[in-house]
Amino acid sequence: MSNFGQFYAEEEIIHVEKPEKREPLGILFWVCVGWIGLNIIGAIFANVLPLINPLTQNYNALNAGPSLHHLFGTDDLGRDIFSRVVYGSRISLSVGAGAMLIGFGVGAPLGMLAAYRRGRFDSILTNVMYVLLAFPAIIATIAILSFWTPRSLLKIIVVIGVASIPLVYRVIRTATLSVATKDYVIAAKVQGATDRRILFRELMPNVAPIAISFLLIGVATVIALEGALAFLGLSVLPPTPSWGNMINESRTILQQNPWLAVFPSLAMILFLLSLNFIGDRLRHHFDVTEVKL
Amino acid sequence: MLIAIVFVISVGSFYLIHLLPGNITTVIEGPGASPENQAKLFKLLGLNKPIYEQYFIWIGNVLRGNLGVSFISQTSVASTIGSALPIDLEIILLSQIIAFAFAIPLAMRSARKPDGWLDRILSATSFTLLSVPSFIIIVLLVLFVSVKLAIPHTGPSSYVSFGQDWIINLDSMALPAITLAAGSFVLYFRVLRSDLIATLQEEFITMARSKGISQRRILWRHALRPSSVALLGTAGVNIGGLLAGGFIVEYLLDIPGLGYTLIQAIDTSDYLLVQGIVLVVSVGVVLINFFFDFIINIIDPRISRE
Repeated sequence: MSNFGQFYAEEEIIHVEKPEKREPLGILFWVCVGWIGLNIIGAIFANVLPLINPLTQNYNALNAGPSLHHLFGTDDLGRDIFSRVVYGSRISLSVGAGAMLIGFGVGAPLGMLAAYRRGRFDSILTNVMYVLLAFPAIIATIAILSFWTPRSLLKIIVVIGVASIPLVYRVIRTATLSVATKDYVIAAKVQGATDRRILFRELMPNVAPIAISFLLIGVATVIALEGALAFLGLSVLPPTPSWGNMINESRTILQQNPWLAVFPSLAMILFLLSLNFIGDRLRHHFDVTEVKL
Repeated sequence: MLIAIVFVISVGSFYLIHLLPGNITTVIEGPGASPENQAKLFKLLGLNKPIYEQYFIWIGNVLRGNLGVSFISQTSVASTIGSALPIDLEIILLSQIIAFAFAIPLAMRSARKPDGWLDRILSATSFTLLSVPSFIIIVLLVLFVSVKLAIPHTGPSSYVSFGQDWIINLDSMALPAITLAAGSFVLYFRVLRSDLIATLQEEFITMARSKGISQRRILWRHALRPSSVALLGTAGVNIGGLLAGGFIVEYLLDIPGLGYTLIQAIDTSDYLLVQGIVLVVSVGVVLINFFFDFIINIIDPRISRE
């Protein structure tokens, strides 16, 4: 959950400079990209891959340790943990991607437009967003999801996505502001470039690196949030596996079957770590120097 | 600004129960509720009136400390929250003390020699920990510490408050506080480290160095104050996440704080209790944020003048 603070901590100190020499991305960066890719492929093709059905209960192998047949072992109902982890990534990934799609789809254009146009449009919108930002997003998400029954994956995505709009707005607006006053933007204006051209050809390419690294950290945060919601019983209902669900189910039988806690935790940590690492490397690569605005 | 935010929160919390499907009184009190109780709730919420009047009735009750009566436990929501809240405050306070106690000296050590061996180890560790949500930390801690060392698991009924017996109390608070502290430590360490590195390159530090002031004094007296602005800002916005993290930790360890109460209330569809907790916690987070802003202004008066 602490990732949420990271949003604030790092987005306030964004400033873009055209890089002189780009820092190389490194091998670890590509390892992380590969890992994310593998997870995405696994999530998309889970039902095509030769996996044991994640809901099939095998009463001959309850709480079994890892073996050749059950790579990660089985849970207390004899379900295969490996295939549940793979299927579980579907929930985590779709919540992460879906929520950020909403957050960026609404927040990013608004933020860019506000920073470019300035004036009353900007000041009203920014004030509204600041009021919304003060509302603790996590608490709001918990509240809305506990009242808005019956719960579904789509509702979870919508609630988290909408809750992230003010945050995305603020980051993108700040980033655009620092670019919009640059000489090349003024030069384009003087030459009579249309607003559309300036927004898409001058501003967008320079805001994109910040947006992408923030997007990755955002996806990581949302995935962690979905896990937390699963703990509160506010995510998708069992028996549908999600990483959060599985870790939650494991806590009552930690002593008998630690594997049930270890593997989904590991899957989640590695995935989040890869996302954060890629985001961090990209920021260094594009030299988003951390200067206070 | 503060008033606007609290107003938005109150409207939001008020509107929550209107998200419920169907007849609100039936949903809130359960299908077996007696007609009198339903009528009482109907009157309390003013459901026959237009929605803005309902809001004024509700906010009037809230301001008088009446958050309604839980239909499950038949106790007032306000008193339930009142008895649970101190537990959360204690866990958060303890975790913050631990987090600051580790983050400040370690960040100074790191900032003194950036890219030194200690800095590399701490930076890598904190980056990794950043990707571990608090609920995973607690499960793994329980798995490797509690189960192995057989630390007794205190249930909600056997919870002992600080006033009753502070040794037992602190014993049961240690695990949740450490868990929350881990997440906060990572955040504070990273923010303070990068800010200190920047501060240490300022001219007044060079000046202090040239006057022959010791390294320790430069760090604690000259560099920490300007850098603590970023640290406190982070701490302020971290509170919301901390509370939510605390909720889960409480739930897992059966500590009867607000989080435990909230999850039970969600499970049993005790909507008035959920609404009350959401309202209290949201307003609390906003107030804490303003308090931090206030302190930051004292430390660095330039910020409010801008």
